Amino acid sequence: MKKLLLAIVALALLTGATSSNPKLTGRQRAEHALNRLGFGPRPGEVERVAAEGVDKWIARQLQPESIADAAVDAKLAKFDTLKLDNAAMLDTYYKPIVAARRAKKDDEDTEETKGLRQKSRRVVGELTAQRIIRATESGRQLNEVMADFWINHFNVFAGKGIDRFLLTSYERDTIRPRMWGKFEDLLMATAKSPAMLVYLDNARSRRDAINENYAREIMELHTLGVDGGYAQKDVTELARVLTGWSIDRRSGGFVFRPTLHDRGAKTVLGVRIAGGGADEGERMIRFLAHHPSTARRIAAKLCQRLVADEPPTALVDRVAKTFLDSDGDLRRTVKAVIDSSEFWDQNSYRSKVKTPFEYVISALRATDARVVNPIPIARALQQIGQPLYGAQPPTGYSDKADAWVNSGAQINRMNFAVDLASNKLPGVVVKTADARKLALQLGGPEFQKQ
Amino acid sequence: MINRRTFIKSSGLTLVAGTLLPSVFVRMADAATTKGRKVLVAVFQRGAVDGLNVVVPYGEKAYYDARPSIAIPRNEVIDLDGFFGVHPALAPLVPYFKDKSAAFVHAVGSPDATRSHFDAQDFMESGTPGVKITEDGFLSRALGGRKPTPLRAVALSQTMPRILSGKANAVAMPDIAKFGVRGEVSDAFQSMYKDAFEATRILKSADPARLQPENGAVYPPGPLGNSLEQIAQLIKANVGLEIAFTDVGGWDTHAGEGGAQGQLANNLRNFAGAIAAFTKDLGSRMGDVVLVTMSEFGRTVRENGNRGTDHGHGNVMLVLGGGVRGGKVYGEWRGLTPAQLFEGRDLAVTTDFRDVFGELLVKQLGVASLKDVFPRYDVKPRGVMG
Repeated sequence: MKKLLLAIVALALLTGATSSNPKLTGRQRAEHALNRLGFGPRPGEVERVAAEGVDKWIARQLQPESIADAAVDAKLAKFDTLKLDNAAMLDTYYKPIVAARRAKKDDEDTEETKGLRQKSRRVVGELTAQRIIRATESGRQLNEVMADFWINHFNVFAGKGIDRFLLTSYERDTIRPRMWGKFEDLLMATAKSPAMLVYLDNARSRRDAINENYAREIMELHTLGVDGGYAQKDVTELARVLTGWSIDRRSGGFVFRPTLHDRGAKTVLGVRIAGGGADEGERMIRFLAHHPSTARRIAAKLCQRLVADEPPTALVDRVAKTFLDSDGDLRRTVKAVIDSSEFWDQNSYRSKVKTPFEYVISALRATDARVVNPIPIARALQQIGQPLYGAQPPTGYSDKADAWVNSGAQINRMNFAVDLASNKLPGVVVKTADARKLALQLGGPEFQKQ
Repeated sequence: MINRRTFIKSSGLTLVAGTLLPSVFVRMADAATTKGRKVLVAVFQRGAVDGLNVVVPYGEKAYYDARPSIAIPRNEVIDLDGFFGVHPALAPLVPYFKDKSAAFVHAVGSPDATRSHFDAQDFMESGTPGVKITEDGFLSRALGGRKPTPLRAVALSQTMPRILSGKANAVAMPDIAKFGVRGEVSDAFQSMYKDAFEATRILKSADPARLQPENGAVYPPGPLGNSLEQIAQLIKANVGLEIAFTDVGGWDTHAGEGGAQGQLANNLRNFAGAIAAFTKDLGSRMGDVVLVTMSEFGRTVRENGNRGTDHGHGNVMLVLGGGVRGGKVYGEWRGLTPAQLFEGRDLAVTTDFRDVFGELLVKQLGVASLKDVFPRYDVKPRGVMG
């Protein structure tokens, strides 16, 4: 009897071993974690993380505040605009342009307005530099991956209206402090952020003249998803609910204007709403944040970013359940993805094509590049097709390979590899004995994958 | 069924005969100028252009009722046929309409009712409205079974657009002059990425970027003019181009759209100027080229409270080039009174965009069957092409 049992167990083990994929080695696990939960390994980092233990490294990454980041903070301290709030930003960089424009009669550009506009480019320039420096040098790698994810999920295009002056606070005060909290809080903060109110036009929507843009995108893109179960009627009704949510042009802050709010009865997704003020919109945003379709969409997007372009349905279902069970706790939801067998599957290892941002930053990390001047890096991102803060449509950038794999983009990646390896990017220094070999490695097909 | 060979031959004959060619395209007697290759150029106006302010139904009172601040005044519309007229910013294109080399199709669009930019663009590019699982773009499928040449399908864009993704192995590049790897490592890379380099080799030897605009054409500054100038260069350099695609944004006019002047007017001026320059630049070669414009959906008939328009349904397309039966606004027009509108708010779609493209693919590119290009759809040609 005992023998038979042992034989069955042995058989089960044997079939188990043949039917499932071979497990990743410790070294591969470290590399996989550094690639997917960070922007790729620095020289020697795979060995260090493998020696320390991958699980330990991940546990620390999930508590980014526990990781000291003084060197990056010191480096960013020289960027003055990163400290300004919206009011100070508008006062310093935007209002002088408006005043100068008003002072002259025609539309012609004067030296003064040209100079002011030039000066104002510093705002997005420093913000971009900040993203590049953090992603490349911060020890809080997963934090930067999630920043990239959420900034993209709640995309705001720098080219829309005055958004180029509002993005600094949007990223610093709206997105980054809420990436590890509750989804509801993040969603609510973006809904009330001046940057989003301008980008998707809700700031201009009012009782007798509604604008549907934000109402549509919050359901289609930020929460439910396009098949999440809403109709055109819900878009129009939600737009009415959100009338009066606007910005104060002087301070650049959120303001609710009761006189512009439609107090009539509305029904959004079966929820009846009437007679309130800003609380109407808050109620609907909370409702959307906890909707099962939202759980699925956020789960699917996280899995697509971290696991596979077409993530397995079973995985998405489990992650969505964690999202719902935890009241939209983003740390637990992200952890559910990382703890999944699918994340660590052999099929997942080196199976995703890097986005241009992931590619460029991983190349800087792999070469231990010293970035004194981030501008050539920002320019390279533009050439490879992913300028930061430059996605015009509210969808943001794609996390899937087919958006990025084509010969034109490949050639641009190769050119970046050549320029980086041969120290042709001013202010970016790479130490190498063999620039040719390095260029071929960074530009080659293997390095495009993670 | 017409195969490509006989098609080229027969179309070559008609070209020599000159019967179908409008006068503006100086007789294309010498087929060698484009080596007889037919080219289709598609321009996507992303963001949903307000077609009602492009080709204006100025004969309709409901149009003026719905748009108190952004309608194009009757005296500023350039008349086309007594009912429709174009936005004054389209003036550079009017001569082509008058000499019958350009046509518009109005109330055209996708049968899918989505008002999501993303979905609607996706459906228009996959060519399968309502079906999201389609993996490739319809222009890629249109090139399907034919022998691939590296530069037969080119997108003038940084990333590969959905419409050309797929087996056709199209090339996406924002700048044809810079398409190539710098430095001596180029050779080593060639062995790693074969496909990418076939295209660069051809470009290098043909060097289209050296070609200056002809016939006094001046492209307006901006991305569209820049892209169309490069497409013209590729056509003139005979690199084997059959389909070119480019896109231009800035049409999502939710606020401050403007009327005869303003935001949309400025964009249209640049748009029309770029297309007119392209047509002028190609001159006689235009006999082998058809340019078509598309946009994911139209905009609400009624202006919104921000003097703009929201996402709507039916829209307008421009078709311009050799073989086009121009001088006409195609499409069934139901009208703009509330009862005539789609869902009470938008211009109803009466022509499926696949009818227009289907006809162009067959008559311009000699696509033998549209069965795989537009699966489960029966294309009804509207006679836009001769």
